[in-house]
Amino acid sequence: MKKRIAGFVTLSAAVLFTGACGEQGADETVEITVVGSTTVQPLAECLGEAWEAIDPGVLITVSGGGSSVGVNSASEQTADIGMASREIKDSEIQNCPEIVVHTIARDGIAIVVHPDLAVDGITMEQARKIFAGEITDWSEAGGTPGTIFVVVREEGSGTRAAFEEIVMEDDIIIDSAILQPSNGAVRTSVASTPGSIAFISFGYLDSTTKPVAVNGALPTTENVNSGAYPIVRPLNMVTFGEPEGAVADWLEFIKGEDGQAVVAAEGYLPL
Amino acid sequence: MTFGTKRDCTQKIMRTVLLVSALTSVLIVVLIFVFTAGRAAPAFHEIGIWKMVSDTTWRPGSGEFGILAMIAGSGIVTLGAVLLGVPLALGSAVFLAEIAPEWIAGAVRPSIELLAGIPSVVYGLFGMAVIVPMVRTIPAPGNAGYGVLSASVVLAVMILPTVTSISELAIRSVPAGYREGSLALGATKWETVRRVLIPAAKPGIVSAVILGLGRALGETVAMIMVIGNSAILPAASTGNPLSIFLSRARTLTGNIAVEISYATGVHESALFATGVVLFVLIMLINSSAALLLKKGVR
Repeated sequence: MKKRIAGFVTLSAAVLFTGACGEQGADETVEITVVGSTTVQPLAECLGEAWEAIDPGVLITVSGGGSSVGVNSASEQTADIGMASREIKDSEIQNCPEIVVHTIARDGIAIVVHPDLAVDGITMEQARKIFAGEITDWSEAGGTPGTIFVVVREEGSGTRAAFEEIVMEDDIIIDSAILQPSNGAVRTSVASTPGSIAFISFGYLDSTTKPVAVNGALPTTENVNSGAYPIVRPLNMVTFGEPEGAVADWLEFIKGEDGQAVVAAEGYLPL
Repeated sequence: MTFGTKRDCTQKIMRTVLLVSALTSVLIVVLIFVFTAGRAAPAFHEIGIWKMVSDTTWRPGSGEFGILAMIAGSGIVTLGAVLLGVPLALGSAVFLAEIAPEWIAGAVRPSIELLAGIPSVVYGLFGMAVIVPMVRTIPAPGNAGYGVLSASVVLAVMILPTVTSISELAIRSVPAGYREGSLALGATKWETVRRVLIPAAKPGIVSAVILGLGRALGETVAMIMVIGNSAILPAASTGNPLSIFLSRARTLTGNIAVEISYATGVHESALFATGVVLFVLIMLINSSAALLLKKGVR
């Protein structure tokens, strides 16, 4: 028994010691911590890998948390870079005037409906009224009679915040809407609920739901580039003060030709 | 003599080790409560405890943090689960304890216990894919399938193993004399079960139901997937009061799980406050179960 305990202690010590050694050996690496929006997160990870391949002396760690967490982390300097999938709010700039916003890509927000629904397009006005609960039946929005089921994201989601800012104006999204905590779950709900409507990021569009045209423009890259599609948000990175050193190099790479190629390859819209 | 001291010494050491283990669990509970309450304090301070638990509007974006809708949501879902699940569990318990021959009970019992081992996310998937579409076919205005009924059905299945096994134990622990006496007086088996065994096992059965209640109140992932998560007070959509079960709702647990990853400031603190309310509710429920169990097992 005693021998076993002694063995265990030795082993633990060995593990701890090796761990400490590992860290000491890596002290030439510059680490960049990136925190925030889960919409920007996968893109930031790809951009990070691409940059690490070019500059092996940099280690980029990306973690989620949401847009508000991203902006806060940059303001409080708990991360080198904060990610936000929406415009930075006035209150956030007032709270910390030093923050600098770098737009790295754009993302469209599509309005999708259940695939069996005979509605091909709505206006921004109709979208606002549907999500506010003023229009509750498809017969009032160019379809055959049937209840409209609104599916939305939770408070704090960057996609929801951007949608509210661009589409809802001063109206509030109806409280009785079905709420799902991620783009994927929203898509699943819409695909399985007849008469449902929701907003999701362009990156989540697939054949299980039907995208509708907004003000006559379908949610496509071409329509965003031509300015015809109205619901587009910036994907931002936020730093405390002007970036320096490794952070500045990486941001420059992202905004340059190679970085923007990664943006396009990942299904987001380049600047 | 030396042998004796060594034995005494081991006794003392093991006593301390066991005491420390027991105290650790207590300490963990206390620490969890203290830290949760600590993080909730700013919300309680800024919004006020009473305002939080009595206000039905939850809109963190506009600074409204009422959790009454979620308290009601958790309450009605749990009520539904108990109404659906307890009769079923009680039936299984009586069957297993009194009627089934040992070889059948030996086959049925593990499969009921297996229900307890299925991860809740799997229940959620099942609910989303099977229960929600079934509930959707009920004709009522605004019924999307997601709502209290779907959640209650899923929860009813989830509390089955807890309620069944504790009730079975309670029925089995009724002294054999009661059973034999009743049968000897000419009562049928059913009369014996209804008039003698269930009344005698009542404290155990009630505590089984209360433990099931606690389990139902704490369930999270499966609820998020089927209840619709709308922060509204559940309400009947037609003249029939039962249509309240078709309303969408949000549970206390769901409120925390859905929003915590994106919350900051008062919003985050308000979610911790939701946790404190849930903690207190579950503590009340569990201690009443413990009290009843103590009364029941003599």
